[in-house]
Amino acid sequence: MSNEPRTRIAETFERLQREGRKALVTFITAGDPDLDTSQRILDGLPQAGADVIELGMPFTDPMADGPAIQLASQRALKAGQTMEKTLAMVRRFRQEDDTTPIVLMGYYNPVYVYGNERFLRDAKDAGVDGLIIVDLPPEEDEELCLPAMEAGLNFIRLATPTTDDERLPKVLTNASGFLYYVSITGVTGTRAPDARDVAAQVARIKRHTSLPVCIGFGVKTPQQARTLATAGDGVVVGSALVDIIARAQDGGAEAVRGVHELTRALAEGVRVAGKDGT
Amino acid sequence: MSEHKPNTYTGLPDAKGRFGNHGGRFVAETLMPLILELEEAYRAARADPSFQEELDDFLKHYVGRPSPLYFAERLTEHLGGAKIYFKRDELNHTGAHKINNVLGQILLARRMGKTRIIAETGAGQHGVATATACARFGLECVVYMGEVDVERQQPNVFRMKLLGAEVVPVSSGSRTLKDALNEALRDWVANVENTFYCIGTVAGPHPYPEMVRDFQSVIGREAKEQILEAEGRLPDALVAAIGGGSNAMGLFYPFLDDADVEMFGVEAAGRGLDTGAHAASILGGRPGVLHGNRTYLLMDEDGQITEAHSISAGLDYPGIGPEHAWLHEVGRVNYVAATDTEALEAFQVCSELEGIIPALEPSHALAHVMKMAPEMDRDEIIIMNMCGRGDKDIFTVAKHLGVEL
Repeated sequence: MSNEPRTRIAETFERLQREGRKALVTFITAGDPDLDTSQRILDGLPQAGADVIELGMPFTDPMADGPAIQLASQRALKAGQTMEKTLAMVRRFRQEDDTTPIVLMGYYNPVYVYGNERFLRDAKDAGVDGLIIVDLPPEEDEELCLPAMEAGLNFIRLATPTTDDERLPKVLTNASGFLYYVSITGVTGTRAPDARDVAAQVARIKRHTSLPVCIGFGVKTPQQARTLATAGDGVVVGSALVDIIARAQDGGAEAVRGVHELTRALAEGVRVAGKDGT
Repeated sequence: MSEHKPNTYTGLPDAKGRFGNHGGRFVAETLMPLILELEEAYRAARADPSFQEELDDFLKHYVGRPSPLYFAERLTEHLGGAKIYFKRDELNHTGAHKINNVLGQILLARRMGKTRIIAETGAGQHGVATATACARFGLECVVYMGEVDVERQQPNVFRMKLLGAEVVPVSSGSRTLKDALNEALRDWVANVENTFYCIGTVAGPHPYPEMVRDFQSVIGREAKEQILEAEGRLPDALVAAIGGGSNAMGLFYPFLDDADVEMFGVEAAGRGLDTGAHAASILGGRPGVLHGNRTYLLMDEDGQITEAHSISAGLDYPGIGPEHAWLHEVGRVNYVAATDTEALEAFQVCSELEGIIPALEPSHALAHVMKMAPEMDRDEIIIMNMCGRGDKDIFTVAKHLGVEL
């Protein structure tokens, strides 16, 4: 697959493999609860143990997300977050960190309205490595996936329990970076995945691809992260981190500290999983 | 508008579910296999004469079709221009056109072996129609409705409960129809095995816009036959109100290739197009992607969806079906608008002159008829879709007229 863009994502997963450990992928919504706090959370994530960062682009109508991430979007939008500010957050992050991959995650409309070409150019310039656009399935690859690859960005695909063997090759065709395995049929942050089911599903997917597979959509605790990380190449945690921001009383400092603390605990869980696995 | 005229206006969507640049399948991966399964099941049903026979039988004996095409003589005299006919879909069981589509989808759900039906509703008409059909076939029914709409549409909430449906108030986002749709999609993602999502309008991911249009096209097919019988010729103009656009697509579609028939889709201008408080997606919005399809949407400059406003809860949606978006761009249908005030006036005129209390949705269509009919010749003909009856709206109207009930 010579047309696959090579980004910090591949470098990171290769390094982790050499080190014999799994990846912790953390999700936060850009601008939640406000731009300044969100920037401080983002900037400290690598130090706290995040290997890959998913930065949510807020949207009024997040159809695939549960209450935690819906509310995160609402908080960010209420605080005045825009696409330009989200991209500016990445640029600022890159002044200090040139190795941790950043994946922008969200829905198509804010990208489409920003302008696809302009978005891809600005995202690449800002230091973004990949995109996850929830409502762009392979059937709509010509919209953004192919242009993103052209622009040097990974288009990260979601595979779900409903993606059967017949459909999987279609999902994998233009996938790059890593594969995001959605561990439940449902929205983000609602129910806990069954570790044994997930292990079987990930093993099935791995027969079709050499891409790293990260598992997400219901991972909340370090213990869960540890168990699930064993099944794949990494775990994604979002709602649990975002919940800390929602609960933080003083907004700023407590949210920053809380998110980084949980990230450290999750990273520890994921590291143990790596050792178990090797 | 740069597109050249197609040979036919009835050949879309294409294999990707597109109407020109609009439509498509913008959904999460979890739903994609379900949508493909639905499309396949719908194709199979459409090719099976027994499916259409069963649907026709229910439309005749349960819904009461065909609905009459009625010459509104006193309104015609009052306006002093074109002859005005109403397509009386407000006489259907449950009081609106919504049931035409719901029955089609519920029969399809049964063919697919689905046992649980979910739906979104704004004003409650689609929710009531869905609850009705589910009661008739003994299916579990869950209706998502924004908290704001639950408060302002209590009678319909109670109707749905009487019919055995569970009504789930939606507290996310702006707590209206668009959020009810989001929540229904979230439910569907979480219950993929047994659940069928019954969408109420010509929007959503392919094949919904096509499927809902096909089920609603019974309106236009009947109207065509009826006007030929009554007048011996096709009408000069068709007029229908547009929220998502299902009653309009249903009336327009069978006439799209009749070049001499002009069509007017009437959007809700709310307090006025220049006030921002309206629901006119084509006249006051621009293309974007929401709820599985690309179409005209109301949004801010950053692509965030904004709230729609209309006196009519059924028109209060920040988008429009993708086929309308295309028909607008190729210039086949004229999209116009009527304000809350104009709709209220039409509501009263119709009640007084014709003894028909219209829903606030077709009152918007009627408001446009009242603008255009006087400008037309007396031998010209307009068909307007009277897509719902106004019983549900009397409280809203009373409030606006300053009457206490």
